[in-house]
Amino acid sequence: MSDTCVSIVIGGEAGQGLVTVGDFLAKALVRAGYEIVVTQDYMSRIRGGHNTYAIRVSHEAIHGPRESIDLLVALNAETVALHRAQLTSRALVLADEAIDRLGHPGLSIPFKALCPKPMFENVAALGVLTQLLCLERSWLEALIRDEFAKKGDEVVRQNLDVFSSAQDWAAGQKAVFSCMAPPVRTAKRLFMNGNEAIAFGALAAGANFCSYYPMTPATSVAATFVSQGTKMGMLIEQAEDEIAAINMALGASYAGARVVVPTSGGGFALMVEGVSLAGMTETPVVVVLAQRPGPATGLPTRTEQGDLNMVLYAGHGDFPRAVFTPGTPEQCFELTYRAMDQAEKWQSPVFVLTDQFLADSYRAVVPFDLEALPPVSGPGLTCEDPAGYKRYALTPSGVSPRLVPGFGEHLVVVDSDEHTEDGHITEDLTVRVQMVDKRMRKFDGLAADVVPPTYSGDEAPSTLLVCWGSAMGAALEAAQGLRAGGKSAAVLHFGQVYPLIPKQFLPILERAGRVVMVEGNQSCQLARLIRQECGYHFKEAVTRYDGLPITARYILDRL
Amino acid sequence: MIPLEQYGEFETAWCPGCGNHAILKAVKKALSTLDLPPHKVLFASGIGQAAKAPHYLRCNAFNGLHGRSLPPAQGAALANTELTVFAESGDGCSYGEGGNHFLAALRRNVTMTYLVHDNQIYGLTKGQASPTTAQGQKTKFQPDGAPSMPFNPLAVAVSMNAPFVARAFAGEIDHLADIIAQAARHPGFALVDILQPCVSFNKVNTYAWYRERCYKLGADHNPTDWEAAMRKAQEFGDRIPIGVIYKGDRAPFETRINPAVLRPLATSRPDLARLGGLLQGYA
Repeated sequence: MSDTCVSIVIGGEAGQGLVTVGDFLAKALVRAGYEIVVTQDYMSRIRGGHNTYAIRVSHEAIHGPRESIDLLVALNAETVALHRAQLTSRALVLADEAIDRLGHPGLSIPFKALCPKPMFENVAALGVLTQLLCLERSWLEALIRDEFAKKGDEVVRQNLDVFSSAQDWAAGQKAVFSCMAPPVRTAKRLFMNGNEAIAFGALAAGANFCSYYPMTPATSVAATFVSQGTKMGMLIEQAEDEIAAINMALGASYAGARVVVPTSGGGFALMVEGVSLAGMTETPVVVVLAQRPGPATGLPTRTEQGDLNMVLYAGHGDFPRAVFTPGTPEQCFELTYRAMDQAEKWQSPVFVLTDQFLADSYRAVVPFDLEALPPVSGPGLTCEDPAGYKRYALTPSGVSPRLVPGFGEHLVVVDSDEHTEDGHITEDLTVRVQMVDKRMRKFDGLAADVVPPTYSGDEAPSTLLVCWGSAMGAALEAAQGLRAGGKSAAVLHFGQVYPLIPKQFLPILERAGRVVMVEGNQSCQLARLIRQECGYHFKEAVTRYDGLPITARYILDRL
Repeated sequence: MIPLEQYGEFETAWCPGCGNHAILKAVKKALSTLDLPPHKVLFASGIGQAAKAPHYLRCNAFNGLHGRSLPPAQGAALANTELTVFAESGDGCSYGEGGNHFLAALRRNVTMTYLVHDNQIYGLTKGQASPTTAQGQKTKFQPDGAPSMPFNPLAVAVSMNAPFVARAFAGEIDHLADIIAQAARHPGFALVDILQPCVSFNKVNTYAWYRERCYKLGADHNPTDWEAAMRKAQEFGDRIPIGVIYKGDRAPFETRINPAVLRPLATSRPDLARLGGLLQGYA
């Protein structure tokens, strides 16, 4: 693996401001032209505990997180003890002078002397880091001005003074760290995480209604809607529970809104009957499910890819669906945009599965090309023969013309009971069969629209790593590691895991040597799905379900 | 006034003599009085015999899940404030399975009308006690009597200052129609709890039982007097008041959210230039 990157970890208790230090530094690095992968590890509490904000940074492309630490900013003594085993040979520990560095090289920072008040310690730490990384100081200075502007000139000046004196102090210290290579990129990037990119993908597709119930790690999708979507005219309501959230969204969708419902596994479990209602009434809805380890409350703030099975089978009865599994913030944007279109085009529930790691992982994101976006399907407002309008008219594709109520004299009748073409309750069993077949014909349309998995690496590799969702970055870097060791390797990443189209990937699996499934759950949920759908049996798998993201090292150690 | 025939005539799945027939008649009368054409009206319903009502009316209909008539009704009402939105379901659906949605709807106060067919029993599942069955009333499934205290929807609604709280009786169609029309005209969330005999499964709360007890609230009741309303909301037994129990002027949900987001969402398109500007904030 390339060693041109630096891994910086800021550790401390919740409430100590480590996320502020991390966000400032990571954003400044992105502005400066570096690539980053942020991993946030936090406990389910508001104060105390042990949290970390890890930034892996490089002037070259990087894809995944890493365990090793080159610069450890310890905001408390516990951080040194907990992470000393991860320190590399060149590592420095940066801590307040009162904290024992346990013999590790580093800097004992006189925060009290550098800061007029404890609240400035974060900015002082940034000054020290800027010096050690040889980062042009103007990047952080500009950021400090931007971020503190609303608190007034005096606050900006105080912060700049502390930043500057901390950097000067670090310049006079003996401990040195090899400078990062200067950045090569000059093009602008966005400092954005997966959930923010999901929210923007939905907004770009016209999402204008979001009903949600807060649940980690999905909450930041709703938070982005609140801060940004409102400016786009999005109507957002925090519902009384997840059952209300999805049913409210279905009512809004029926009335013509473009709806998104963000949640996590436990909340989604409550929505399942609503998913079934979306299937029966053929009402478009996009559910964003940010996974965390289950069952039940599990590990509320950690990561896992354990909810694929639930999303595949949520809802009683047969009805079609699609499941998208983005691997990067760029894919979060693109595939959520596509999910919005697919939900409307096939009048079905569509899912975007992400997880805590990707949800919170900031990257240098390539700006989205808004002008190149394809048009999004939408319902009709009026028709020529309002008296003859039938919401569930039988058609060869299974898609019936969807009108919204209120814009013409047509009546839109939808029913969770089995219904006739005009939407009314029926127990005519012939109609029942016609309606099931009609709904399931839409599966063919969804299947024809599937985004094929992406392949990168050697042709006919001796090792092929297969993955989905956020495991992509780790798999790509593990393949790089194999190639660096002289072996041919490739990665096959599924950005959409359902429907599965065997001809898109079976030949790839069959021409590889070792084929290894890499996924963040215990039971190999995608491997089982592929076996079920096309009979292919994965003989090897790397699984992770300890709540932490999959890394290249984790994969390589298990091959 | 729109002629009643506009709202259609359908064969129903209800028992002869069921209070639902009378409620349906009153609904049509109210819509006609309100001059609401069928395509401007949405009825959302849950599951149960009452929840089938929208199928027997020419209107837009969202017949959703058991207990969940209110969330889609509110979602649709917010997505298009030009629709006149009703939710209609029975006491089990509305106060049992959907209890949390009822509480939240009272707090939220979206402009819509909630018609609850309250027959104090589960009909479609054949005679279990419902949230409004009298404590101690014997049913096939509660042979020792319903053990829990009945839910009082009116008192709960009044306690939350719901802007329009009424009780009506299916045996008084014109009175009921008038109350429904008043409820639909009132800004904010309006509750109409409609006492309705179940001729098949409730042998206690019959037409005769209700007729003996129900009396119309007269000029001596001031529905804007909260304490008087609370007293009337508690009155259920030998005498049962019907009419408008409480009327207030709590500001509806729609007046408390950003007015820019309140427009028919079906016709709104994303402003990508604006979105591009927002994305600049992440650079």
